Amino acid sequence: MKDGWVMVIGLEVHCELKTATKLFCGCPNLFGDEPNTNICPVCLGLPGSLPVLNERAVEMAMAIGTALNCEIRPSTFHRKNYFYPDQAKDYQISQYDEPLNANGYLVLPDGFRVGIERAHMEEDTGKTSHAGTSGRIHGADYSLVDYNRSGVPLVEIVSGPDMRTGEQARAYVTELRAILVATGASDGKMEEGSMRVDANVSVRRSEDEPFGTRCEIKNLNSVRSLGRAIEYEAERQIALIESGESVVQQTRHWDEDAGRTSALRSKEEAYDYRYFLEPDLVPLVPDAEWIDRVASSLDPMPAARRAALVDLFATDGGVSDAQQDLVTTVVDLSLDPLVIAAASAGVAPSLALARTANEAAKSAEAAGRLDPASFVALLALEESGALTATQAKTVLAELLEAGGGDPAAIAKARGFEAMSTDSLAAAVSEAIDAHPDEWSRFCQGDEKDEKKLTGFFTGLVMKATKGQADGKAVAAELQRRRG
Amino acid sequence: MSTPERLSRDDVAHVAALARLELTEEELERYTGQLAQVLEHAKDVSSLDLSGVAPTAHAMAVVNVLRPDEVRPTLDRAEVLAEAPEVESDRFRVPRILGEAP
Ligand SMILES: [Zn+2]
Repeated sequence: MKDGWVMVIGLEVHCELKTATKLFCGCPNLFGDEPNTNICPVCLGLPGSLPVLNERAVEMAMAIGTALNCEIRPSTFHRKNYFYPDQAKDYQISQYDEPLNANGYLVLPDGFRVGIERAHMEEDTGKTSHAGTSGRIHGADYSLVDYNRSGVPLVEIVSGPDMRTGEQARAYVTELRAILVATGASDGKMEEGSMRVDANVSVRRSEDEPFGTRCEIKNLNSVRSLGRAIEYEAERQIALIESGESVVQQTRHWDEDAGRTSALRSKEEAYDYRYFLEPDLVPLVPDAEWIDRVASSLDPMPAARRAALVDLFATDGGVSDAQQDLVTTVVDLSLDPLVIAAASAGVAPSLALARTANEAAKSAEAAGRLDPASFVALLALEESGALTATQAKTVLAELLEAGGGDPAAIAKARGFEAMSTDSLAAAVSEAIDAHPDEWSRFCQGDEKDEKKLTGFFTGLVMKATKGQADGKAVAAELQRRRG
Repeated sequence: MSTPERLSRDDVAHVAALARLELTEEELERYTGQLAQVLEHAKDVSSLDLSGVAPTAHAMAVVNVLRPDEVRPTLDRAEVLAEAPEVESDRFRVPRILGEAP
């Protein structure tokens, strides 16, 4: 960020809910089906059809509101009128001045608090594709519409203008995504469009000045493009102001390949949506009992789950920065139950965390389905020295691929038998006898030499035992003999 | 649109543009008169003393009308698309769109 300037960022996140059916009709809510197969008179906007609200969608929206510390309030639905072929009714049903959730907040991992102005329900639109050379609207001869997505339930989460850096915006979206996944309401897939982010960006010279004129950026398909787009846009606005021009309030499109934003439309051409109360729907008024029931059915949120993992290390003096990153990865992938199960069974938390974040995470979906008991059994074998680290990783990969199994049986089938102390000692003797000069240097060596020579001897023993020896055991044996 | 004392011709032109209606000068004139009459009629309600009446969102005193999240039969695609003016690749084919979605 350029010196002497402050940027102000607010984010609007649209999240598709993982219900079985659409918001106002019983059509399946499925991504990737054959076009126009999940449609009915309601989501096609045929005359005489009537919307009926999906109870599960409401509960998911309430769960999101609860997780974001919102007040859950009596709410109503409005019609937002505009002509565009992505919705067949010529209006979208949305919540306007009385949203279901309002006045909440989200705490970033570093403790920074971002206000949540509202999290309201609305229906998604259909999908348009543009025929012609570019695949974009401009220059297309005509467009094609698939209404499978039309009427899919959405929650739109509007933050306060509270963020000040692209990094904070990225952290907000990352944490919000983790929370949405934890509520069970969303799969959080930005690439598939089930979570979509628009950013409002403005700049000013100091925190004491009033807000500058803002622009809204659309088409942000990843956390990475969000950060890039915000930083580009702030610089564009600063350059305008410094050259004596002013920022025009407008909607801008982020072009990932070109790395810049371009104007879609300015405020003068802004739509006049003529909101009015949807006469076909009655108010949604959750009572305290319903709100409590949804709240008590919520699983712990990511922040609490990260804290639980960090707690495992309390007696070892806490986690290192590197381990903190592993904790974040494990919770993001919802693999924390594996670590907790292993630690409760007495496995060292550092080993449980490392194997989960570094190995299990490589096939996170399979790891999510893995029986924690077989994971724990494997780590116990590694910890006891029955398997080397390399062998344990191989067995884990096989467990994940097979969707479970007995780690001891897999190890046996692969011939991963622990070397007896005797055969390890014999291999070490052989290596020492073959290299007396190196051995005497090891015995008198300074610290640097010793490290190098430990590696040298371990390598020899590994080669002689075809990788069956445990590196740590070899190092210990060398130390023992030096006395 | 604000609530002017009396509906103007410009108001009607604005509403017509939002509704994508192309009106002739003569039609604009006629609809301005007709629409103004409708609004005048609705204004009669303003003469009632409603100071003690809470605003309502709906004519019926009913809330929370919900349905279970259960899949219902969908329409047959071939049947639906047969009614569309134009179809291509199992999608509705629509004329060129002149701007991005709102
Ligand atoms: Zn439908």
